[in-house]
Amino acid sequence: MTEPVLSIRNLTVDIPTRRGLFKPVENVSYDIRPGEIRGVVGESGAGKSMTGNAVIGLLDPPARIAEGEIWLNGRRIDQLDAEEKRKIRGKEIAMIFQDPLTSLNPLFTVGAQLVETIQLHLGLNQADAKKRAIDLLDRVRIPNPEERFDQYPHQFSGGMRQRVVIALALCSEPSVIVADEPTTALDVSVQAQVLDLIKELARERQVGVILVTHDMGVIADTTDQVTVMYSGRVVEQGATAQILGAPQHEYTKSLIAAVPRPQVKLHRFPQVSYGGRETTFKIEDLARNWDRSTTSQSGTLLQVEGLTKRFLSKGALLPSRREYFTAVDNVSFDIKDGEVFGLVGESGSGKSTVARMIATLYPVDGGKITFDGEEMTAMDKEGIARYRRQIQMIFQDPYSSLNPRMSVGDIVAEPLIHHKILPRAEVGARVRELLDRVGLASDAHRKYPHEFSGGQRQRISIARALATQPRFLICDEPTSALDVSIQAQILNILKDLQEYLGLTMLFISHDLPVVRQMCDRVGVMRQGKLVEVQETGALFENPQSDYTRELLDLMPRLEQLSEEEFAGLREQG
Amino acid sequence: MTRFFDSDIFYAFRTSPVAVVSATVTVLMVLAAVFAPLIAPTNPFDPSSLNLMNGFTPPMEPNAFTGDSFLLGTDDQGRDVFSTILYGMRISLFVGVAAVLFAMVLGIFLGLLSGYVGGWTETIIMRAADVQLTFPSILVAMLIFGVAKGVTPVEYRDQMAIWVLILAIGLSDWVQFARVVRGATLVEKSKDYVAAARMIGRSPLTIMVRHILPNVLSPVLVIATISLALAIIAEATLSFLGVGAPPTQPSLGTLIRIGQGFLFSGEWWILFFPACTLLALALAVNLLGDWLRDALNPRLR
Repeated sequence: MTEPVLSIRNLTVDIPTRRGLFKPVENVSYDIRPGEIRGVVGESGAGKSMTGNAVIGLLDPPARIAEGEIWLNGRRIDQLDAEEKRKIRGKEIAMIFQDPLTSLNPLFTVGAQLVETIQLHLGLNQADAKKRAIDLLDRVRIPNPEERFDQYPHQFSGGMRQRVVIALALCSEPSVIVADEPTTALDVSVQAQVLDLIKELARERQVGVILVTHDMGVIADTTDQVTVMYSGRVVEQGATAQILGAPQHEYTKSLIAAVPRPQVKLHRFPQVSYGGRETTFKIEDLARNWDRSTTSQSGTLLQVEGLTKRFLSKGALLPSRREYFTAVDNVSFDIKDGEVFGLVGESGSGKSTVARMIATLYPVDGGKITFDGEEMTAMDKEGIARYRRQIQMIFQDPYSSLNPRMSVGDIVAEPLIHHKILPRAEVGARVRELLDRVGLASDAHRKYPHEFSGGQRQRISIARALATQPRFLICDEPTSALDVSIQAQILNILKDLQEYLGLTMLFISHDLPVVRQMCDRVGVMRQGKLVEVQETGALFENPQSDYTRELLDLMPRLEQLSEEEFAGLREQG
Repeated sequence: MTRFFDSDIFYAFRTSPVAVVSATVTVLMVLAAVFAPLIAPTNPFDPSSLNLMNGFTPPMEPNAFTGDSFLLGTDDQGRDVFSTILYGMRISLFVGVAAVLFAMVLGIFLGLLSGYVGGWTETIIMRAADVQLTFPSILVAMLIFGVAKGVTPVEYRDQMAIWVLILAIGLSDWVQFARVVRGATLVEKSKDYVAAARMIGRSPLTIMVRHILPNVLSPVLVIATISLALAIIAEATLSFLGVGAPPTQPSLGTLIRIGQGFLFSGEWWILFFPACTLLALALAVNLLGDWLRDALNPRLR
């Protein structure tokens, strides 16, 4: 067994607050050997990034290392002063941050940034540094490195930029790299390439890597060792295959079980039950007084024909001089009554734009949308008001979709009052009922959005969407801002909505396993065009287009875990 | 109320000596101005109570003729300087607060409208704002004041002066409110809660007033506080130049103008005490505004 390059012993970080000492990291220990990738996984707030920041000496005051030791190559580094820590940082420990858009300076060429770092750490002259920089760009698989050397960060795509950041991290031949959610901001296809690169470089150069992530798929694909954290403590750690294959701790078990599978369709998502945060929601109770008299005659609820949306890319006074960018190009599909229709694609593929046109948030530039036999695009004001009552939307970011200055009760009451669905006197009782049905405490209506967690906020969003008793629900990436453990909860509510209330849904996501679990039929979008529409099962087993096949191949999987083991886990959890 | 005392902002206030001192000074001065008739030993605007023999009495010394003693001395007409300061502060504060409120309402309305509606509306409003910014605001105020003075009949001039002053200062100050509100509106407009309100079918006016307005108010609050100090100073400047509050209703600026005539003849107190009051008031309000800006800005915490 080789000596570890980095070893963390009983690390505790604390933050003094005016309500006492808060410990975001408590008693964490692990080792990293050369060439080894250690995954640190857990939900947001579990202290995984804080541990990484403590190692590189970038804790934001007033956070501080209270106890424990950090050893790097046989030298204790946690007690060094700021100046010495700065010398180690970048030279012996390098880091890769989450957002490649902000971690490169937009005003300097990529080459200049690399050369600067190389000269700083290795003291080479300009020509040698340039040679080395080009060599590094080549090493991180950037095509035409000589040409790319003189380009600016904005000329690189997100994935390429993250590769440049990795090249920067490698400049000084570090012995440890801390990668904090390095692929979270990237599309699946790019994510796979970046992870492969990190894996290869770790082996090839014998660098120890700490990979902080919340994505179990990334852990399974990339890491050798894994540390599972929950509220600042390590609950379990060991070899990845062993932890994923035979988790011992309850939290790890439920975390693994909560990861959606692409292989089989389950009736419900297993929930993370650890920590007593299980919520009970009673969607079936809503069904009793749900008005279901309106079902469409033809069986098709929503029909989209030749939908097109152009955005102005260059404004001008004369209409003939204006230039446009086509975000959605001639998209047609239809959604049957009671069906969940999925729309998948990478960022920028136009899936959200389609949703927003159906939601009347963007004007339609071409084509038509027909709802229950009536053409929405030709409706008058009253028609649109009636249409809006029947269509509701759940947004991606639960932190921006609720007005922070309105109480939760007022937020949920707004559609009821606007559409005059109930007499004013009954609104309060109805709001409390809705909040109760999505599993929120009885005093929730008096509080403000900031008092709730991301998952709870998303449930408030759902309560608001249900207030008008809509027939059609648009879900735009409803869980992509949430932790896996909370994702399951939200998806289960949505499933109940379909089952008990017969809601028809348009479900937009870039997460294929989730789509597999949620949707009856799926459309794949790419660069504004609809590439393929199929039944979900058929799409996953027998994709027709090359693009869909490519997307499916890149999906991270928990391969270490066989189906039987998974079924066993579910029974225990 | 307990929620307020427990909040982070109150905690930040309690632990900042600058904020506590400046807030105390501001509150004391506002109270002194509001209750001036109760506090002031004399009514400086009641000619029957004045004795010309008391003119030019130095502070804390008995008058050579009458033997009366005044805390801060008297001016040329025998008015008690302490009393005139209290009454002057009343007018200064009233003009300042009213001008800022006027600028704020106008600026918020135009800023919300241009930010939310966009297009031509925005272009016209913001270009008008740009044009106004090319003139020094005191010049704009003097222009408005001069025009208003020209069109009001002579007999109403003194009565109208205060209101014209408010209008002049307010109109020269709306631009920064409009700019900040427009910027904040653009940010809030793109958030999903606005999309949610639009999906419900809320009218643009309802969305602007009920949804966006409460979310853009905290920067407005900061600017309003800092503007208040500036408005008080602007009022003093105008009055000092003789185009503001008339001598029959003197504000701090008018008092300073009266006092500077006697500075070189040795009667320093007529100028000195009103000037100190103006300084203290403007400084306290300004420091409070600075602190508020830092406290409400999460990036600086």
